[in-house]
Amino acid sequence: MNKYGLFLLGVLAFASCKKDNYDAPSSQLTGRVVYQGEQLGFEQNQVTFELYQSGFGKTGPMGSTFKQDGTLNALLFNGTYKMIVPNGQGPFIWPKTASGAPDSLVINVNGSQSIDINVTPYYMIRNLQINGSSSTVTAKFDLEQIATGADAKEVEEVALFVNKTDFVSNSGDHKMREQKKPASDFPGLTNISLNAEVPSVTPAQNYMFVRVGVKIDGVEDWLYSQVQKITY
Amino acid sequence: MKKIIVYSIVGLATALSGCKKDSDFLDIPPVQVLPSETVFSDPALILSVLGDLYNRQVDFSSLDGGWRTFADFSESFPSENGSDFLVTRSGWGYGEWGTWDYGYIRDLNLFLQRMDATEVSTKITAGDKARFLAEGRFLRANYYFEMVKRMGGVPLIIEPMQYDYKGDPTYLQRPRAKEAEIYDFVISEAEEIKNDLPANLADKSRATKAAALAMESRAALYAGSIAKYGATTPTVSLSTGEVGIAASQANGYYTIALRAANEIIDQSAGTVSLYRALPDLEENFAAIFLDKSSVNQESIFIEDFKAFAGKTHGFTTNDQPYSRSDEGGDAGRLNPSLNLVEQFELLNGTFAPLPIGTSASRIAYNNQEDLFAGRDARLRGTILVPGAYFKSGQLKIKAGEITSAGTIVTTDASGGSLVGTDGPVNGLEFRTQTGFYIRKWLDPQTGSGRRGRGSDVAFIRYRFGEVLLNAAEAAFELGQPAVAAGFMNQVRERAGITTPLTAADINFDRIVHERRVELAFEGHILFDYKRWRIADKVWNGDATSYSDIINNLGKATAKSTQPWGLWPYRVQDGANAGKWIYIETKPSRVTGVNRFQLGNYYSAIGDDIRAANPTIVRQPNQ
Repeated sequence: MNKYGLFLLGVLAFASCKKDNYDAPSSQLTGRVVYQGEQLGFEQNQVTFELYQSGFGKTGPMGSTFKQDGTLNALLFNGTYKMIVPNGQGPFIWPKTASGAPDSLVINVNGSQSIDINVTPYYMIRNLQINGSSSTVTAKFDLEQIATGADAKEVEEVALFVNKTDFVSNSGDHKMREQKKPASDFPGLTNISLNAEVPSVTPAQNYMFVRVGVKIDGVEDWLYSQVQKITY
Repeated sequence: MKKIIVYSIVGLATALSGCKKDSDFLDIPPVQVLPSETVFSDPALILSVLGDLYNRQVDFSSLDGGWRTFADFSESFPSENGSDFLVTRSGWGYGEWGTWDYGYIRDLNLFLQRMDATEVSTKITAGDKARFLAEGRFLRANYYFEMVKRMGGVPLIIEPMQYDYKGDPTYLQRPRAKEAEIYDFVISEAEEIKNDLPANLADKSRATKAAALAMESRAALYAGSIAKYGATTPTVSLSTGEVGIAASQANGYYTIALRAANEIIDQSAGTVSLYRALPDLEENFAAIFLDKSSVNQESIFIEDFKAFAGKTHGFTTNDQPYSRSDEGGDAGRLNPSLNLVEQFELLNGTFAPLPIGTSASRIAYNNQEDLFAGRDARLRGTILVPGAYFKSGQLKIKAGEITSAGTIVTTDASGGSLVGTDGPVNGLEFRTQTGFYIRKWLDPQTGSGRRGRGSDVAFIRYRFGEVLLNAAEAAFELGQPAVAAGFMNQVRERAGITTPLTAADINFDRIVHERRVELAFEGHILFDYKRWRIADKVWNGDATSYSDIINNLGKATAKSTQPWGLWPYRVQDGANAGKWIYIETKPSRVTGVNRFQLGNYYSAIGDDIRAANPTIVRQPNQ
């Protein structure tokens, strides 16, 4: 190959070095779903939210789900976003427009930031005490009805879930032991007591993850307490 | 000089050859495609266009759609390592089972438009034209029915739409019709075309009067039950009606379902009857799905196949018992579950779990198949149980041996002295892992299990047995249990059940159960459970135990979230030496639990579709 050839190659190689693409999104949006400052608990990947950014032709959602501790996390470009929780998602009331569509929450993203998303849950789990030994776990708690009037819903059942990993919920592989009680067992919604056996697992471990959940009549997603680790 | 002459000739030739008129030069009839004027002047060519439209029908379970379309829902276990997601996942995505093929709808609409043109009438007879039109409308209605089952109300487009290339497509955007409107469309189309279709079943691959009526009765039944049972899941509806049907319409739809079914039952759409060609009722039930001769007056509308002619399927290759395989190791994927096997009644029409004893004292049987004796003939007509024969060879299903003290002696390899060639061994694919093989649709023809030849067993989309059950359900819902019992007893008597049901026996559980056992592996279970709104109760996400299965036989809402198996062991010593005992087993690959969420009742409409057409409203609970 002669000199000119090498020169041409060099030109070609460097000619393509111009930046021809966007930077990856770098603004981190973190958020948590709260009622009066207290985080709500969900099942992992079950409660959906959608972000919309308009002005780019077609409108399609960026769909994602909340984590089980009620937080969200998204890497975004700076800009104005609208967030909704689709109808029928979540153990809480999301505001609706007059036509019944979910109302949107405007989020201005300019650099990384953290937001609190205030919602009205149907119930809140109060005064939760979880005690565990190597054989049993007990939980005591009260339920406080938050949504009243036309939005009020009954409790269908409550449950205590035990799992060996920190994903704990009513989903089939998120629970090793559970105790469920129908609402008729605890009139007044106070002093609810549940207990479950601690399973033995291989390899042996001296801790378990536990949380309680509430199934609200007519609402598919359970409301959970935060996951607690018990060590024995 | 010579040169000059040559050049002038060439020059003249070139110049003159360009003197043709442009229109003549450019307007050449195509040689690769047939223009529609040509096609729509010849019945044979029209039929070939129609053949393509028939081929593109969408079925939920279908023999050429793959064995996996029959699996899932805990009615079977998938014995293929690449398919174990069916039993390791914990539910279904919201997009699952969706269909949105408006390309097919457009082709059907174009066919109907061209077929309906006035000049076609001068070329083909009025009778041919009416029949072709009716067939096109049948296929279109059938696909709208398929869509409404999965998506709820969809845009109802009954003419080919044309874009004007002016940059604004909004005039083409149609909103979703109400769910009831789509069902009404299917019903009214069936009513309008039924008399243009042949009132005999000479050609079951093509639409007939009976096929139109069978579609109508099924569609009306679905609509009726959505109207009635939709009340139990109030959140699965949209206030604008795209999903959900008003409860007040239930009786109207049930009446239509019963009337359409009765029109078939009273033979006004051709001779139909339950298949009763063979004296052995189990063989007879299996033969419904194999016999394509005119003796079979039960099948109404089929997808036919033909070996050595290019249209075959691999169902038999995929699902034949391993020891009887025509294709080496290619076998055994679809293993019916114990959940389904236990549902088959005793011949006297009562429910009883298979008597296997308890873990403390197992009941021993001389022959493997003795355990299954005295049951509804549909059990062994649908399922190959241990000890059954296929292609005149007895299956070798043996999980191992057991001592009189209860110690199990087994190994991880099949085919030795301990474990049968047909399995079961946990995780050993292509052998049964539940203890059962599928029999329905399985072709006993020599060579049908080879990949090269394939099987040409036809898939039955509509059959008389289902029509009777449609009629029974509609009659029950209309408060005529005696009529319902009459229809159901025909189907049950054919299955060998000796004690007829009385009017007092008919209840919702009975209706659900009868469809589950009669129509197993025919692509009904998902849509049946959806329309009755019991899918979220049966597949509720809680693990299924053996006692859940045997204690709730025949209960419509009993959970069935994980497929179980029943493994036979040979006793090694003691008083029962050489006899067989059975142990209930959950295959070890079954780690997931089926959970049907409210958002699964109607498949998600893709974001791309909703972005392209903002008038499309989204499904509830997603």
